[in-house]
Amino acid sequence: MSGTLLEVRGLRTVFHFLEGAYPAVDGISFTMRPGEVLGLVGESGSGKSVAGLSLIGLIDPPGEVVEGAVLFKGRDLRTLGEPALRQLRGKEIAMIFQDSLAALNPVLTVSEQMVEAIREHADVPLAAARERVIAALRQVGITSPETRIDQYPHEFSGGMRQRVAIATALLNRPDLIIADEPTTALDVTIQGQILAEMQTLARETGTALIWITHDLGVVSELADRVAVMYAGRIVEIGGIDDVLDRPRHPYTRGLLDSIPAENAPGSRLRQIDGTAPSLAARPVGCAFRLRCQRAEPLCAEREPDVTEGPGGQSWRCHHPIPGGNQP
Amino acid sequence: MTATPTEAAAIIGLEGLSRDFQRPPVLAERLLALLGRKALPPVLKAVTDVDLAIRRGEVLGLVGESGCGKSTLGRMVSGILPPTRGRVTFDGHAVATLAGRDKLAYVLGVQMIFQDPYASLNPRQKVGDIIAEPLKVHHMAAGRREVVERVDRALAEVGLDPSYKERYPHQFSGGQRQRIGIARAFIVNPRFLVCDEPIAALDVSIQAQVINLFMDLRDRHGLTYLFISHDLSVVRHIADRVAIMYLGRLVEIAPAAELFARPAHPYTRALLAEIPSIKRRRRKFQPVQGELPSPLDPPPGCAFHPRCPFAIDRCRKERPALQPIAANRQSACHLNDQI
Repeated sequence: MSGTLLEVRGLRTVFHFLEGAYPAVDGISFTMRPGEVLGLVGESGSGKSVAGLSLIGLIDPPGEVVEGAVLFKGRDLRTLGEPALRQLRGKEIAMIFQDSLAALNPVLTVSEQMVEAIREHADVPLAAARERVIAALRQVGITSPETRIDQYPHEFSGGMRQRVAIATALLNRPDLIIADEPTTALDVTIQGQILAEMQTLARETGTALIWITHDLGVVSELADRVAVMYAGRIVEIGGIDDVLDRPRHPYTRGLLDSIPAENAPGSRLRQIDGTAPSLAARPVGCAFRLRCQRAEPLCAEREPDVTEGPGGQSWRCHHPIPGGNQP
Repeated sequence: MTATPTEAAAIIGLEGLSRDFQRPPVLAERLLALLGRKALPPVLKAVTDVDLAIRRGEVLGLVGESGCGKSTLGRMVSGILPPTRGRVTFDGHAVATLAGRDKLAYVLGVQMIFQDPYASLNPRQKVGDIIAEPLKVHHMAAGRREVVERVDRALAEVGLDPSYKERYPHQFSGGQRQRIGIARAFIVNPRFLVCDEPIAALDVSIQAQVINLFMDLRDRHGLTYLFISHDLSVVRHIADRVAIMYLGRLVEIAPAAELFARPAHPYTRALLAEIPSIKRRRRKFQPVQGELPSPLDPPPGCAFHPRCPFAIDRCRKERPALQPIAANRQSACHLNDQI
């Protein structure tokens, strides 16, 4: 469990419109070790989902990955080409989406699509593949998988469907799972069940997880490290304790402060004013400066570079919160 | 039309409020019925026997998982949906019997804020017209100038620039759209707002802004809220009292501080344990098992018993009534005094 599983360097994904090309992901870099759980946190439009899709080449026009490298077990996925990527997806890297009903094929039974996911990558007899599917469904907590396997996706509840999606992702024992808001649409008690299963499975199989979410609470309970995205950039990344207990970027601090549980009941919440800039209207300099209470003239002139702190924590800010204490 | 003292303190009262849904029978069922066979579509009991008094000036948080009936309850309170059984009272008078000015006072006095700020605004209307519509429908403004003045005031009240009224909904972010929805509800000077998951569709940093807006409006105008949410941490922040709903029935009612400090019902405990928290790291999850049962086929006895770690034989046979367990607290569990 040592070494580097994934190294992302300067990944940049733009969307081409008539008026020009706008960067949804604007030069993100991070590394992951085998078995690690990385929380990728951001608000809608921050580029977190596009980042996840860019890693495995699932960006369709008008989007385009234009710069950077995605080194997975030493190979650059950007230069691999579509046929090789197809072989890799679902086998070595799997993806789980928020909307499991859209991710599953409605006219195929669960068995048909899961067996296909196995036989696409390996020459396995049908009966053996079915056995593996039943075992995978049981593993994610679906009761009587022998009968449920021949049902269609609409016959499952939302939580059960997400389990099917997770079981499908796990079928080929991937090294990395990219999960995009997989529990956001679920109720809290079901979310707890799914988180419990993902945590156990990741630990047992040594699968690394990129957990894309807007919910810092979920990340806190699940992740080893966390990356906070704002307007296409990772503005802060580091170990979960470092970032949540001693954030250096004012946006991270603002997100943490606005959580209701961090404020006395009935008090005014400490809010971040304003809204995130749209893709086409990112301000020059630091994209957060218009909402930032620490902003100074320099922030409007120059985009802040990455500052490396101790313990692998790094941030992009001209005026970081000193020592991570409250300003 | 006299109200008892306890009712007088309540702005909204719910008495045995129930709502069933039943789809129309399909052809085969109609034919079988003609032949004298019993083949009617199943009845879905969305809300069953809810008794609740919402006091003037309080924020009552209504919490439950999807499908538990909390939105159906909210829609009955706001008068959008008639109850199947039971009644809603407004200032002590049954809503169904109101007429004339009293009915108008209820219709205007109780307004609703919806979850989806994208679906609840007409995309082809300008924001100014959307907000002015209630004034026009109810002939509440003396002329064009008063309409404009009141729209401007409503926009200012929710923190939007009056110049925005010339724009269309698609030109706004989700948070701003929710503010527009609040302004539309607010323009008729309501006393009571039913807020159905009003921040669930918003981004984290925007949620805090809208929660603050709700609290400011309440402070300024002495509003009463029925605040429906699945998010316990939001309800903990904003609510004075909390009602927990499971499969169409209330299972616990308590002042917010007490509910979060000492939850009584096993379902409330399970919900509280699952609130994600930035204080917990690399948690060992031990979630409550099972899923919400189908309201078409509810389990016998206590509806929560198949998922309850404390369930005993009695829970499988006999439904526990919602009963007082302390001052201002009620819980529906056979083991109220034991666990």
